[in-house]
Amino acid sequence: MTLLTLQAASVRLGGRTVLDAVDLAVAEHETVCVLGPSGSGKSTLLRTVAGLQPLDGGRVLLDGRDQAGVPVHRREVGLMFQDHQLFPQRDVAANVAFGLRMRGTAKAERDVRVKELLELVGLPGAGARSVAALSGGEQQRVALARALAPRPRLLMLDEPLGQLDRSLRERLVVELRELFARLGTTVLAVTHDQGEAFALADRVVVMRQGRIAQTGTPLQVWQRPADAFVARFLGFENVVEARVDGQRAHTPWGTVPVPEDSPQGPCSLLVRPAGVRLVPAGEGLRCTVAARTFKGTHVTVHLQPDDAPRLEAACVLRAAPETGDEVGVEFDPSEVVVLG
Amino acid sequence: MAVPVAFFVVFFAYPVAAIVRRGLHTDGAWHLGRIADVLGDSGIRHVLWFTTWQALASTALTLLIALPGAYVFARFDFPGRQVLRAVVTVPFVLPTVVAGTAFLALLGRGGLLDELWGVRLDTTVWAILLAHVFFNYAVVVRTVGGLWAQLDPRQEEAARTLGATPLTAWRTVTLPALAPAVAAAALMVFLFTFTSFGVVQILGGPAYSTLEVEIYRQTSELFDLSTAAVLTLVQFVCVGAILAVHAWTVRRRETALKLVDAAGTARRPRGAGQWTLLGAVLVSVAVLLVLPLTVLVQRSLTAPDFGYYRALTNADGGTFLVAPLHAVGASLSYAAAATAIAVVVGALAAAALARRDAGRIVRGFDALLMLPLGVSAVTVGFGFLIALDEPPLDLRQSWILVPLAQALVGVPFVVRTMLPVLRAVDVRLRQAAAVLGASPWRVWREVDLPLVRRALLVSAGFAFAVSLGEFGATVFIARPDNPTLPVAVARLLSRPGDLNYGQAMALSTILMVVCAVALLVLEKLRGAEKTGEL
Repeated sequence: MTLLTLQAASVRLGGRTVLDAVDLAVAEHETVCVLGPSGSGKSTLLRTVAGLQPLDGGRVLLDGRDQAGVPVHRREVGLMFQDHQLFPQRDVAANVAFGLRMRGTAKAERDVRVKELLELVGLPGAGARSVAALSGGEQQRVALARALAPRPRLLMLDEPLGQLDRSLRERLVVELRELFARLGTTVLAVTHDQGEAFALADRVVVMRQGRIAQTGTPLQVWQRPADAFVARFLGFENVVEARVDGQRAHTPWGTVPVPEDSPQGPCSLLVRPAGVRLVPAGEGLRCTVAARTFKGTHVTVHLQPDDAPRLEAACVLRAAPETGDEVGVEFDPSEVVVLG
Repeated sequence: MAVPVAFFVVFFAYPVAAIVRRGLHTDGAWHLGRIADVLGDSGIRHVLWFTTWQALASTALTLLIALPGAYVFARFDFPGRQVLRAVVTVPFVLPTVVAGTAFLALLGRGGLLDELWGVRLDTTVWAILLAHVFFNYAVVVRTVGGLWAQLDPRQEEAARTLGATPLTAWRTVTLPALAPAVAAAALMVFLFTFTSFGVVQILGGPAYSTLEVEIYRQTSELFDLSTAAVLTLVQFVCVGAILAVHAWTVRRRETALKLVDAAGTARRPRGAGQWTLLGAVLVSVAVLLVLPLTVLVQRSLTAPDFGYYRALTNADGGTFLVAPLHAVGASLSYAAAATAIAVVVGALAAAALARRDAGRIVRGFDALLMLPLGVSAVTVGFGFLIALDEPPLDLRQSWILVPLAQALVGVPFVVRTMLPVLRAVDVRLRQAAAVLGASPWRVWREVDLPLVRRALLVSAGFAFAVSLGEFGATVFIARPDNPTLPVAVARLLSRPGDLNYGQAMALSTILMVVCAVALLVLEKLRGAEKTGEL
């Protein structure tokens, strides 16, 4: 059952098209993550669903009903702001209870629900604390509890973990995923962090300049980026213009083998770092090691061919060459992707 | 938005239109040539020039003396701070007549300085300038200091860690944040001094006359309504232009500020420099604000056995139909009603103006709301008198007339105090509440109101104080059997004789005490509010 539908949703701000005829559907109990660089229109997408940003074209439907003319406070969606926006003059419990009060929930019932939610987000007994005294992670938990308290049909998260430090972020992503699975919440989140999106989402939507560049499961998007933009945004550096001819592609790096049944003709070509194999100097493409970065499980080696774009290779620490070494490069067709 | 607009149209635009019509429209025709005639008069041009430069000089002098005071009251914690804050506000609410007389007693013939050193300043412009500082010190301390106390000191600390000297940190971080408040305060001071009436009337003598005094003279002494109307128009245009420029500059500068609880920002002074500053501010307050009032009280006590005070309790003096003391109750109830009206109208207007999507027309209304301040109180009172005493609107017999006139003067204070704070409220906080199901009205009540409650109380205090001290308009419309305190004082002063003069001193001392008590209650209220939040 589809809960949220966007049909050709368009928003123009100051002469710029921020959302360009976006179509999107979110099913009940699904977690969808909108992923994109800043300025791609992903926050505007959330604001249109919440009713904070009027549409210049298209429709937003919740449960199949057009939301045009429905004011913000009647949409019954939850929105967690990037910087939380907790009410500074209220304590934690009053913040969490706010949405319930607005819906006229009885005091006794509110108290029960607030207690329940604070336990759910791992802050039992924090109700009387001032929000100013909370750490960043605690604020995030209170903001989540506040958004969840009125049981919104749809929970939207705007860069939910953006301001937190890395280890906390990684822990909270797992917690959020478990929580949403347990509650059966329908979630629409936006983030610029692909790791966050892949960890959280059932489905990822990549946005670029107000348009949807690709939709798919995290695995689909990771394995087959739709185009050079998506590939680069996901952190892949080895993307070049190429021309496919049979099972070979002609590239600035020379001839690269491609998988069977690849589309023919001009294209963008991605070689994943694992597909760049180092061989002794004198074989394959001749490169100089420009830099190496230690990544924990492996080493990323930055290779500079004589006159072609740089290549990234992933290799185990033991086999990694030193900076300045001369090496040869060969390509593994199973790690090569022909992009649209 | 509709309520403030209607209030403004009915109780300001309509009376002013009536007086302009009364002045320029005679024998069934308009006589616009009168404007050129009046402005061509060299005496009038001299009045215009003096009005402008004394207002500029007064504003500069007030800022110079009061800005250090604003800093001290906002940032330093010292014993008696709360009381002193109330004390510096008292002069502001005193009727101009009383303050003028107090300065006369201090600087004039037979005054304190005359007795001690034979120095007299009442024939120089300095008496006017100093009396203006006396009045407007509180405007700067309250407007600028109120915001200053809520600015996060860590902003300056951040600048210091980036290598800024204390002065540079203040100049680059604090000053820009304060600029709208300083501009607002300077504008108010300029307007008050530009339209100064009682002070100039008493201390200026025949040599110095402002536009306001001239309007009054033309109206009540020469009965030349046409010239008075033209002068009112001139004042209108000047003030309108100033307000328009002000609205424009402030709108360009107002940004969302990081406000913190004022309770946590004050520190004990540290080091010789800060103690010296505190000392200098205390001395300036003592000399400029406390001394004239002390002289006033001293004069009220010169009759044996509180003779002047006892004379206030009976109506036998013949000046009034009732005992002068009756004016205390009348003043308090008028001021309470005026405050209620001013706060409701002003808060609604401020809320409408604070909206970020407010259109050009709405923002223009900002400047219009300030007009009652700039246009002379005499005009407002006179306009009420001639416009609201006949159908369609006959309020002559209604007690509400006086509070309405006073509220008209109080509304701009409420708007000016509320607007910067309302604009500084993060718009996303409101959105967060809306997403959680709060209707626009609930958003205002749940998000804005708690954040601006402090500003609301301050503005209510201001409106109350202004209403208590309002003289220029009230004098036209207060009924003889129900005078307010300032009106009663002025009537007593206008009679010859030591008893009347002494009674005036005694009554204005009572007014001073009433104001001080009202402000102390307000300070306590705010104090309780703060602890209640913690």
